[in-house]
Amino acid sequence: MNDMRVTERTVTDKEIKMKARKVQVFYGDNHAIKDVDVDIEDKTVTAFIGPSGCGKSTFLRCLNRMNDTIDICRVEGDIQLDGEDIYDPKVDPVQLRAKVGMVFQKPNPFPKSIYDNVAYGPRIHGLARSKSELDEIVEKSLRRAAIWDEVKDRLDAPGTGLSGGQQQRLCIARAVATSPEVLLMDEPCSALDPIATAQVEELIDELRERFSVVIVTHSMQQAARVSQKTAFFHLGNLVEFGETSKIFTNPDDPRTESYITGRIG
Amino acid sequence: MTDATASQPPVRSLFAEDARTRRRNRAEARFRAYGFAAVVIGILALIMLLISILSNGLSSFRQTYVTFPVDLAEARLDPQGNRNPEEMAAVTTFGYLPVMAMAFIEHVEALGIEHDLSPQEMAAMISGEAPAQLRAMVLENPSLVGQTVTLEMLVNGRIDGYFKGRVTMASAERDNNVTPGQLVLAQALADAGAMETRFNWSFVTAPDASGQRPEAAGLGVAIIGSFYMMLVVLALALPIGVAASIYLEEFAPKNRLTDIIEVNISNLAAVPSIVFGILGLAIFINFAGLPQSAPIVGGLVLTLMTLPTIIIATRASLRAVPPSIREAALGVGASKMQSVFHHVLPLAAPGILTGTIIGLAQALGETAPLLLIGMVAFVREYPAAPLDGLFDPASALPVQVYNWTQRSDPAFVERASGAIIVLLVFLVFMNALAILLRRRFERRW
Repeated sequence: MNDMRVTERTVTDKEIKMKARKVQVFYGDNHAIKDVDVDIEDKTVTAFIGPSGCGKSTFLRCLNRMNDTIDICRVEGDIQLDGEDIYDPKVDPVQLRAKVGMVFQKPNPFPKSIYDNVAYGPRIHGLARSKSELDEIVEKSLRRAAIWDEVKDRLDAPGTGLSGGQQQRLCIARAVATSPEVLLMDEPCSALDPIATAQVEELIDELRERFSVVIVTHSMQQAARVSQKTAFFHLGNLVEFGETSKIFTNPDDPRTESYITGRIG
Repeated sequence: MTDATASQPPVRSLFAEDARTRRRNRAEARFRAYGFAAVVIGILALIMLLISILSNGLSSFRQTYVTFPVDLAEARLDPQGNRNPEEMAAVTTFGYLPVMAMAFIEHVEALGIEHDLSPQEMAAMISGEAPAQLRAMVLENPSLVGQTVTLEMLVNGRIDGYFKGRVTMASAERDNNVTPGQLVLAQALADAGAMETRFNWSFVTAPDASGQRPEAAGLGVAIIGSFYMMLVVLALALPIGVAASIYLEEFAPKNRLTDIIEVNISNLAAVPSIVFGILGLAIFINFAGLPQSAPIVGGLVLTLMTLPTIIIATRASLRAVPPSIREAALGVGASKMQSVFHHVLPLAAPGILTGTIIGLAQALGETAPLLLIGMVAFVREYPAAPLDGLFDPASALPVQVYNWTQRSDPAFVERASGAIIVLLVFLVFMNALAILLRRRFERRW
């Protein structure tokens, strides 16, 4: 409970980074997300919680248009990044994804060297003009992902040879290397052991200083530990969205209460 | 509690096999025996195939030659006496025949070998191809005229067969093409060191020869023709196949149309190859007007045949790349094409290469479609270097095998098996390359 009071204090009136209004997602005939309104604040960790299949990951993937790769998926409604509609036909999803980075559930480093894993994003976006600049970006990103000390002597080693937790932090380094403004994390700790989870959580808290972080998690404790805002999804509906401390201590909706006390989900 | 223990089944020893376990074990033992028998049958079939081909064909790599000095008299070979190859060409092979025959008869006399053969019988011991070879040699180097040169000449296929055990005194009695006396002389010449059977490079380098001269027939044109066709297939089928697979697998919308295309590609792989031959004849030769017997047409037809194999292999290896790699690339802001070319394709490359090489190996051994586009023709001239050479007439290895098995002279049995050995060596080499590439480049994730 102590943790929560700390996070409570840090919440201030921040600028809104991403704004979602009346978002509907359909998978073929299946209406997966219904009328979701969420504001994602800058330099804040927002957690999406809810039982399996409630649509939290689906909604997360709408935020950087990863759902575009699924043919039968259709998104309606309005999602804005800094006031710009990301589903506008003029928007190139590639540019959007450079601004809204993503870390996946299962660590998925490229089967290349650690260096190349991190350098890939900056390379394709032309963020570095020289080799030394690229080296700098790689080091900075690996430091931010709290993995620099472990890998600095073997940057040429394959990224797939690292342990699960290290791989996930490498993926985080890869995501932050393109200097995104928003970082989406889809259950980043579900494949990790408790120690690696603690490291990643600590990392998320540090990342908050620079990015706005959105994290999908199955673990309510994790949401309570790392987030300032929490959204509770149930059966495709956004049931409740607000300060993490309020959701966990004094939820408005009975369904939220049932979920966090373990009666549903 | 007492009730519960009473209703439990009686305790059985772990050491005693019950009926059910026994049945299960017997079934397993039977199944293993069937599997083992299947493997043994397969291996036996392979061994028998190899033994039959090797025992028939290995001798084609050895050939009997006779060595004797020939006086290249100016009066016969260069009547004008000015060593101009164009004028010397007026002397045909028939002009060279007596020169050679005389030299051979004199050499036999000089060696002091007794015989009762007529000069015609003696001349017939040398291959019909030999005067032509001598003529080509002289025309290429006119300064030889007037000199006495020691020549190593092919002997008649029957004499060659005698040294390889195919022709015996008994069979010569019944044979119109050879007499026992010729064999006796051949044996005497071999004893005197003038005739020997040795390794025969010309089997893989020389062009085909007529049905009366099996001793001179070689695979040179067929190997070049097959090689040119493989070049055409590789240059066309690999890029087209890979591009089609990438489009279908990564970019194409999944709908009815792509489903139909998919089914049709699989069907195309099952189309009998002779159908492709008819297609090639109709489209490439009759409609497009490309030359007959040309490697370019053969290559195009084999490309059509190989495409489905390459597309199916490529799509399978693209599908084997985990989707998480694509997501990871898209997640850092790579475009679809970047994700495919930077990540998916390199990971799929070993599978694509293996599929391509296996497709090529299949095409290399394909005979039926080539028969229809005229590659079965008798070709003596080597095709030129690519790209012009692609339009020159050529043969192909499997067609050459087919061709030789059609000929009446028994020496072609050995030739055909020898050609099969060469074809098999190429196939084994290509398959080994496929395995090697797969081992070398396979990456794990």
